[in-house]
Amino acid sequence: MTLTATHLLALAPPILVCITAIVVMLAIAWRRHHTSIAIVTVVGLNLALLSLIGVWRMAPLAAPMLAIDGLAIFAAVLILVAALACATLTHAYLAQYSGPREEFYLLLLCATAGGLVLSASTHLATLFFGLELLSIPLYGMLAYVYGERRSLEAGVKYLVLSATATTFLLFGMAVLYAETGHLDVAGLAARLGDELGAWGLAGAALMMMGLAFKLSVVPFHMWTPDVYQGGPGPAATFLATASKVAVFVVLLRLVITAPAFQDGWLHNVLAVLAILTMLVGNLLALTQSNLKRLLGYSSIAHFGYLLTALVIGDGLSVEASAVYLVTYLLATLGAFGVVTLLSSPYVSGTQGGEDTAALHHYRGLFWRRPYLTAVLTITLLSLAGIPFTAGFIGKFYIIALGVESQRWGLVGAVIVGSAIGLFYYLRVMVTLFLAEAGMQRRDAPENWAIQAGGVVVLGAAVLVVVLGIYPAPMIDWMHHIEVLVGG
Amino acid sequence: MTLIWLILIPFMGGLLCWQAERFGDLPPRWIALATMLIELAITLGLWFHGDYHLANAGMASDSVRWSMEWRVAWIPRFGIDVHLALDGLSLVLIALTGFLGVLAVLCSWHEIVRRVGFFHLNLLWILGGVVGVFLAIDLFLFFFFWEMMLVPMYFLIALWGHSGSEGRTRIRAATKFFIYTQASGLVMLVSILGLVFAHHANTGEYSFAYATLMQTPLSESTAMWLMLGFFVAFAVKLPVVPVHGWLPDAHAQAPTAGSVDLAGILLKTAAYGMLRFALPLFPEASQAFAPVAMTLGVIGIFYGALLACGQQDIKRLIAYTSIAHMGFVLIGIYAGTPLALQGVVLMMVAHAFSAAGLFILSGQLYERLHTRDMREMGGLWGRLGSLPGFSLCFVAASLGMPGTANFLGEFLILFGSFPVAPWVVVIASVGLVLAAIYSLLLMQRVYFGPPQGEGMLADLDHREYVMLLTLLGLVLLFGLYPQPLLDATAAAMGEVQRLFGAVPQSTTLLTGMP
Repeated sequence: MTLTATHLLALAPPILVCITAIVVMLAIAWRRHHTSIAIVTVVGLNLALLSLIGVWRMAPLAAPMLAIDGLAIFAAVLILVAALACATLTHAYLAQYSGPREEFYLLLLCATAGGLVLSASTHLATLFFGLELLSIPLYGMLAYVYGERRSLEAGVKYLVLSATATTFLLFGMAVLYAETGHLDVAGLAARLGDELGAWGLAGAALMMMGLAFKLSVVPFHMWTPDVYQGGPGPAATFLATASKVAVFVVLLRLVITAPAFQDGWLHNVLAVLAILTMLVGNLLALTQSNLKRLLGYSSIAHFGYLLTALVIGDGLSVEASAVYLVTYLLATLGAFGVVTLLSSPYVSGTQGGEDTAALHHYRGLFWRRPYLTAVLTITLLSLAGIPFTAGFIGKFYIIALGVESQRWGLVGAVIVGSAIGLFYYLRVMVTLFLAEAGMQRRDAPENWAIQAGGVVVLGAAVLVVVLGIYPAPMIDWMHHIEVLVGG
Repeated sequence: MTLIWLILIPFMGGLLCWQAERFGDLPPRWIALATMLIELAITLGLWFHGDYHLANAGMASDSVRWSMEWRVAWIPRFGIDVHLALDGLSLVLIALTGFLGVLAVLCSWHEIVRRVGFFHLNLLWILGGVVGVFLAIDLFLFFFFWEMMLVPMYFLIALWGHSGSEGRTRIRAATKFFIYTQASGLVMLVSILGLVFAHHANTGEYSFAYATLMQTPLSESTAMWLMLGFFVAFAVKLPVVPVHGWLPDAHAQAPTAGSVDLAGILLKTAAYGMLRFALPLFPEASQAFAPVAMTLGVIGIFYGALLACGQQDIKRLIAYTSIAHMGFVLIGIYAGTPLALQGVVLMMVAHAFSAAGLFILSGQLYERLHTRDMREMGGLWGRLGSLPGFSLCFVAASLGMPGTANFLGEFLILFGSFPVAPWVVVIASVGLVLAAIYSLLLMQRVYFGPPQGEGMLADLDHREYVMLLTLLGLVLLFGLYPQPLLDATAAAMGEVQRLFGAVPQSTTLLTGMP
């Protein structure tokens, strides 16, 4: 297949992001200026987002090694929105940082391009390329505030463990190639057929392992809390949102196109992993006293819920995962955004200081910053899946999916997991409202709401509520995606 | 359109209260009071101008008849509508909600002094959610409100509650309440979805509409499982004995307004859910399950009464009496005769009044004595002005003294259940004796015996006096002349009875018509 002009147009979003990255690099070389670099980044990302409207008209389309279909566009929207939010939050976060600030945007743009490629890949080469392009800048982002010990630790930890996971992934690909002689997913699927041999099973399982690491599926979850806690706010936000969405989408694509991944044995393992992930994630979150760690464990649990959609893999499954990803993304952006905003004034080279993430920092926040607290409350309620928030719609879909395919074990685990989850979300929520003497005063800046970062978290919270009350547009869109995937 | 306003008014009032806090403590209180008065006025207007007998004519037909209906598409993908409807039963319960809402605002007038605006936001949102539960007949919407009202209740208990003895902090109580109800609610969601997918398998289209799902043919075992899912959620909220663990803590730790709402209205949402959904949607399964449910009811009566006798904390005592009273309600619901069902409605209303009265009184005692421990009370009869007198009246109502609405409720339930389950009635009647014992224990330990202190305590002020007098008036009014209430709900209850398919009985006794 040759590359035509149409293909180039359809690939506009990743191309635009890459061009922005180059422009940012050149601009830094020419002159360092924090705000203008941030503006260039945001403009570039917005252009990419706008170009998606044009791409939407062309879809579905198969470029070499990439698929421009509903799922890819959907993932691109989520990744770009998350990247935009991260870029905006970064501007607030690094405003008083004394070290070099501008390179963060460069890393962010590269990782975004990686995410876009990864989520559209239909070939193992693009899959690997995208995954690495997504991960490698993240090492830098996580260790960006390297004067801070925990940040450095997070970066190195992620680097070592992620590299190990990648070797598994590569080995899996090699085994699959040896067995089938194909690297494109469709060819692989056709060659493997419905029955996996020993080699095929080994290859598929190894690939699954590599991807499961990125999604922090139990038992590959150990890195998550440390990295979330140590990484700077915007980097952790990107890791929890854009990176996870991209990896999940590619896994979803693999499972849909290659029935081999739905083979009996692997299928059961996946079901057990899903149940383990939601239970372990929720149980470990119970005793955390650091909000970022807690959110890390809760994101483990959420991907457990999402895995049920993969396990079931038919009927509503694509629609359900899409809806759940949207709700998860919005709520996580809001929650991490608030943490980042609160941490922003404290990150500076001279003073040093970790992010404001210990629970006691949040004690009585409501009486000082009522709207910011409202944002955090809404996003936590959404993560807990309470009606009037988008999270409820997501949970509704997951349970509906389980009931429809009559997987009562999974449904039971989702319910138990949610009940456990409530406990720690409520603990955080009530802390926000408790006022007592001797409160720690770690505050967001007085004018947080009019800053760009404030607008982002407010927007996320408003969307969470609006989609919770009137989800019809979102559901229609997701339904449309499901239709487009087939083509 | 009126129906959606009934739900929206409390929500908007709540937001106004929150914002009005910046002008001081009084504006939120007045706004909240006005909101609930408007709500009550609208409901009473509907009561007097609407005709709730008409539905009787529809008894023969298959479709459910509503006095008012409002419907607009919400999530077309799954056939979910914002579908509200009003009949006699929901009307009575909404009126009750409005009235107890007014009381809840009034009784926290002096009790709540911190963060007044946010308190009223939560209070009004609870009430809005409850009204939503009573009006929604789309199962998704019903579930939506059912879960939604937990959040403000959680905050009410966790932020304004009283911490009890060691290990019983208010946050623990609130969390327990939330997790019990939310987890059981999710079980109900699974049941709802099971029903919807069963319908989908039959007809190929999604629908959450009450009337549509009622027609779904189900196999015996499926119906049983789905019914159990609904029953679990309602049983936790009612509460039925093995799953009642949250109730005493939540009641004891909640502020007075929270207790009034919990006992007065939130418990009734469970009974309403059984009457509206569990029985009509799964008549055969419910019929088969009735003996178990009635046994649970009897256990609840004895368990609640016995534990009430042993409590030191006055609010915990009242909480346990609620468990006993709800045992009667459960028996009445599953007996399913028109008499028993009418008794259930009357009992719900009467219990709301008497429990609200007792909780308000214990709140007032707490304001004066700063304790809820009955060991530190005693001999208060002469020291409190007219408060003990009111207590005696509400205690008498709670134990089911003839002349009060509680007596009529219990009597109708027992009388109506006798043809169906004579032995259950015989055993349950013994529970009435226990009711007398715990009620008199309460009176004796608080107001009689050796006084613990000297001097007079503050008498009731006008606000408190009017609140209690109105409540007492209503208890006596419905105790002596319950006909308006019975007329309003007769048609709705007849409908439940028809769907439940229990032993048909003449309804002439109730409606007063030949």
